[in-house]
Amino acid sequence: MNRTELLSTVLSLSTEFSPREKTDRPAVLAPVQGLTDLMLKLRDHSELSFDMLTVATAIDWIKEGKIELVYILISSTFKHSLQVGALLDREKPVAPSLSSVWAIAEWQEREIFDLFGVRYLNHPDLRRLLLEDDWNGHPLRKDYVDDFMLERPWR
Amino acid sequence: MEITGMTAATMSNTEVPVSSLDERIKFFQNEPQSALATQEYFVNMGPQHPSTHGVLRLVLKMDGETVREIIPVLGYVHRGMEKKAEYIGYRQQVHLTDRLDYLCALMNNWVMADAVERAMKIELNDRILTLRTIFAELQRIQSHQLWWGVFGMDLGAFTPFLYGFRDREKITAIFEDTMGARLTMNYIQPGGLMYDIHPEFPRKVKDFLKYFKPILNEYDELFTGNVIVHQRLKGIGILDGKTAISVGASGPVLRASGVSYDLRKSDPYGVYSKTQFEVPVGTTGDCWDRYIVRMQEMRESIRIVEQLIDNIPEGPTMVMKFGAKIRIPEGIYYNQMETARGILGVMLVADGTEKPYRLHFRTPNFNNLWSVISMAKGLRLADLVAILSSVDIVVPDIDR
Repeated sequence: MNRTELLSTVLSLSTEFSPREKTDRPAVLAPVQGLTDLMLKLRDHSELSFDMLTVATAIDWIKEGKIELVYILISSTFKHSLQVGALLDREKPVAPSLSSVWAIAEWQEREIFDLFGVRYLNHPDLRRLLLEDDWNGHPLRKDYVDDFMLERPWR
Repeated sequence: MEITGMTAATMSNTEVPVSSLDERIKFFQNEPQSALATQEYFVNMGPQHPSTHGVLRLVLKMDGETVREIIPVLGYVHRGMEKKAEYIGYRQQVHLTDRLDYLCALMNNWVMADAVERAMKIELNDRILTLRTIFAELQRIQSHQLWWGVFGMDLGAFTPFLYGFRDREKITAIFEDTMGARLTMNYIQPGGLMYDIHPEFPRKVKDFLKYFKPILNEYDELFTGNVIVHQRLKGIGILDGKTAISVGASGPVLRASGVSYDLRKSDPYGVYSKTQFEVPVGTTGDCWDRYIVRMQEMRESIRIVEQLIDNIPEGPTMVMKFGAKIRIPEGIYYNQMETARGILGVMLVADGTEKPYRLHFRTPNFNNLWSVISMAKGLRLADLVAILSSVDIVVPDIDR
C-alpha cells in the first residue's frame, strides 16, 4: 500500500479522522473521545493491522493552548506506518488510556503524564515514571522553569 | 522562585487519581492467611547491583526464592535529554545521543544525523554511506561481544567476561585510530563524517575479522555447548511473538520470538540493500533463542563488513559546509534504525529555527524492559538475572 492508498483507507474507516499536514508520513488527527475505539479499528483492520505502537509522546503547543498526543503506529506484517494525533486542552489535559490496546502504552502514558501532566482515564497504574513522586510540575511543558535549567528566563 | 508548568491549583481540577510508588507496593502487599502460610516479602534489586547493568532498581515481591511481582523504578540516570534538546542546536544534539545507549554510540549518532539529513533532503555519497554501514556493523559486533562476556558473568562464569573484553578491545582500538575516542565517538555528523578514516583502517579491520572468526567458534566451545548453560537458559523466560509485538519489543528480543522484523531488511538504509545477509530468527523466544540469535548476528555482521571493506568508494567524507547553520523546515519527522538492541527512533518537531521545538527518542530498551516483567513473573530470582542479561538492558537508554 502506498502513501495515498494508506491515507484514504484510514480516512474511509471513520469520518472522525481528519488528515494532518506537515508530516513526513501519512498522518491523521482523531478526536480524544472514542480514541480507544478508533485505535482498536486501526489495530484489527485486516489490510492495516497496526499491531505495534512504536512512539507515544506529546507536543506542547503553548501558543495554541493545546497539547497534541502523537502516536506512531507500525504494522509488523505490512511494515507501513501511520501517525495519529489527538489535541487536548492544555489547562485540563485528560485522555483515555490505550493500555488495553497495546500493553506498552501503560508505560508510555506514565511517561507522558510525568513530563506533560496528561491524565489518563482507566489507566491501571498512573504514577510518575522517570521523576520522583513528589516532583513539582511537568518538565517538558514549555512554561516549566526551575533552578537547574540551562536558560533561566527569570534572571 | 515559583515553579510553573501546571500549578497545584490546575492539578486539582482534573479528577483522575494519581498513584505513587509506596501505594503501588502496598497494593501488592497482602497479609498471610494463617500461621502456616509462607510470608511474602519485598526486596530491592538495585539501583546498585551488578546484574542490572546500570542504575536500575527493581522492587521484587518474593515468595521464598520465587518472584511474584516486579515493580521497576526508573529514572536514576534521567538527564532530561529531551528538555535539553530544546535549548541546543541539531549539531550539538548528535553529541548527546552518544550517551543514550553507550554501547551503540555510532548507531545513535547515525539515527540523529540521518533524521536531520532526511528532513533537510541532503543526498550523501556512497563513501559516507559505506563507511557508516561498516562502522555500525563493527559497533554491533563490539556490543554483542560485551553482552556475551557479561552474560557469562551473570550466569556465574567469569572466563567469558575476560574473553569478551579481550576481543572487544581490538575493535575499540580500531575506532580509536580513526576517531580518537573509545566509547563516545561523536563521529557521524549531519552531512557526513567528522573526518576521514585512518589510512590503516581497512587493513586493521581485515586483520580483526581474520582473528575473530575462529574466536567465535572458541566462544561456542567454551560456553554454548556447556550443559550448565543449556539448563540455565532453555525454556526460561519465554516471550511469545504476540506479546513481543504488543509490548513493542525489537531487535534480537523480538526476532528470538519468531518475528522476522529487521529494519536493515524491511526498510533498508545505508548500503544494506547492496549486501547479502540473513536475519536470524528464533522459535520459542526463551533465553536460549535470544542467546543463539545474538551469536548468529555477530557472524552476519562479519559477513556484511567483509563484503564492504574491500571496495570503499572514493569521495569526500563531508558534503555540508563545515559549521553551516542547520535549519529544518516546519513539520514532524520520524526516523528509525536498527541498533544492536533494537529500534532506536528519533521524532523531530521542527519549527524552522536552529533548535528543535521538541525531540523525542524512542529507545529499544524501554520496550524490552517491559518484556522482562512479563517474562520473569513466577520464576526464580536467579532466572530473572538470566532474563535481564539475555535481553541485554542498557539503563541510560531507558532513562534518557
